[in-house]
Amino acid sequence: MIEVRNLTKRYGTTVAVDDLSFSVPAGRVTGFLGPNGAGKSTTMRMILGLDAPASGSATIAGRTYHDLPAPLYEVGALLDAKAMHGGRSAANHLKVLAQSNGIPASRVKEVLAMVGLDAVARRRTKGFSLGMGQRLGIAGALLGDPGVLLFDEPVNGLDPEGILWVRNMMKSLAAEGRTVLVSSHLMNEMAVTADYLVVIGRGKLISEGSVSDFIERSGHRSVLVRSPDLDRLKQLVMAAGASVRPTPDRPGLEVANMDSATIGQIAAANGVVLHELTPRQASLEEAFMELTADSVEYAATTTGRPR
Amino acid sequence: MTAPAPPFGITGGDAPASRTGRVRPATFLDAVRAETTKLRSVRSTWITLLIATVLSIGISALVSALTANHYASASPVDKATFDPTSISLAGFGLGQLAIAILAILFITSEYSSGMIRTSLAAVPKRGRLLGAKVVVYTAVALVLGEVLAFISFLVGQVLLEGQAPHVTLGDHDVLRAVIATGLYLAVLSIISIGFGTIVRSTAGAISLLVAVLFVLPGVAHALPTSWERAVTKYWPTEAGRQVTSVVPTDHVLGPWAGFADMCVFAVIVMVVAAVVLQRRDA
Repeated sequence: MIEVRNLTKRYGTTVAVDDLSFSVPAGRVTGFLGPNGAGKSTTMRMILGLDAPASGSATIAGRTYHDLPAPLYEVGALLDAKAMHGGRSAANHLKVLAQSNGIPASRVKEVLAMVGLDAVARRRTKGFSLGMGQRLGIAGALLGDPGVLLFDEPVNGLDPEGILWVRNMMKSLAAEGRTVLVSSHLMNEMAVTADYLVVIGRGKLISEGSVSDFIERSGHRSVLVRSPDLDRLKQLVMAAGASVRPTPDRPGLEVANMDSATIGQIAAANGVVLHELTPRQASLEEAFMELTADSVEYAATTTGRPR
Repeated sequence: MTAPAPPFGITGGDAPASRTGRVRPATFLDAVRAETTKLRSVRSTWITLLIATVLSIGISALVSALTANHYASASPVDKATFDPTSISLAGFGLGQLAIAILAILFITSEYSSGMIRTSLAAVPKRGRLLGAKVVVYTAVALVLGEVLAFISFLVGQVLLEGQAPHVTLGDHDVLRAVIATGLYLAVLSIISIGFGTIVRSTAGAISLLVAVLFVLPGVAHALPTSWERAVTKYWPTEAGRQVTSVVPTDHVLGPWAGFADMCVFAVIVMVVAAVVLQRRDA
């Protein structure tokens, strides 16, 4: 259980994290989502006691990270794949971490096997790919068999097989009753990994809830209609109170504020032939973009669309 | 009957230790073990220590041999202040640099690689991390320093013998000077780790070290004599070096008073380092 309460962090005059509160319960994967620069990594560093908050607190099972007597037994963290000395072998990197917390040396071999790095255990990490670095970081997080795990952008640089591996691993860690917090700026990745979402933008909490709630709340449902008599249909549904707009990439209408059954009835009652009647739900990516539209730090000013 | 271990769990127990609270708190000794592994497990450590060894013994031997050759033609003043002990330890003027630079790298490489975040997540008590580094490295510098000092001394005296005055470990103050060479290197290492912690960048910390060791004492020579004497007398590395020679030069603190002066400086640097490490974001 991670509790973040009124956490605030400033860098000079920039507010990186702004009065942020949320909690991460055990037993499910909690996605920590936000555009780049939203303050995800800063928040995670504050949870780990690496950065000091201007105000507020972050606790793990009621204690600050600093007060954990042997932190690696309680919290495992992957911050970034390159938070290691390139001249040290993978096995020695893990040995250092194990020794610092009194974790049995036998555990090093176990976690290396878990992440599939046993073959390169003796190699210096300098030559590791980003994906191998991520795996080694994850091995380090698992060393103490902790009940709480934090992963900052764990699928960065991984190939599809690696992404699937990380996804399944996080799910089984949560299924074992652990607390899993995983940050990402990729909504679609979170949709298939996380059960619960904490969405932030510009350091502020934007939304918190289950993945399905998240899509629900973002609303944005529409029906895609195609018909040889499109103009007439357009008049009819608008008269009935719907709003329409042309579909961008092919002839058709996107009808909002009216469900597909009603549109079908109107068409039938007026003898309009329909070629297509497709209810559409906003994709998670769209819902995410809509939610965070105001909080993207570096946004492109135009949305160039081919005509 | 034991329950099967979870796929990511520690095997061999009936429940993961971490989630039943059966965990021994991490100690300072754990941190010392980890720092020892850190130091041993990178190639640069062994290369730098080899360089320190070659420089210290090699240059000491070279200077001893050259001095022995030219002793007959030396001026009476030079002969009067001739210090066979110092001559045979001359290589440490450069050897100390290798040992101090490795001390700096021991902390700055954590910053340049990003390892510092991993290290502080594993050991969130930052004073413990810094303390463990100091203990481990100072022990290495002390032991290596003593070994190198005795070898350099003995080699140097053999080379001096016959052509110039030489001394033995039984002579007045000689044993003290040789032993103190290792002590000087240990204290210099503490200062260097402190510089590295404060500055964080390798280049910056090495520049600071070179300035303290060589540049600022050199600049002092350009000052009026009375100022120069005061600066040279109390400048930590100049004062600290007195304990490694037998024949005293003028206007300096006594050997142990000078060494104490250097130790006080090391304590001040370490306190500043500990405070900034505690306050800064990693």
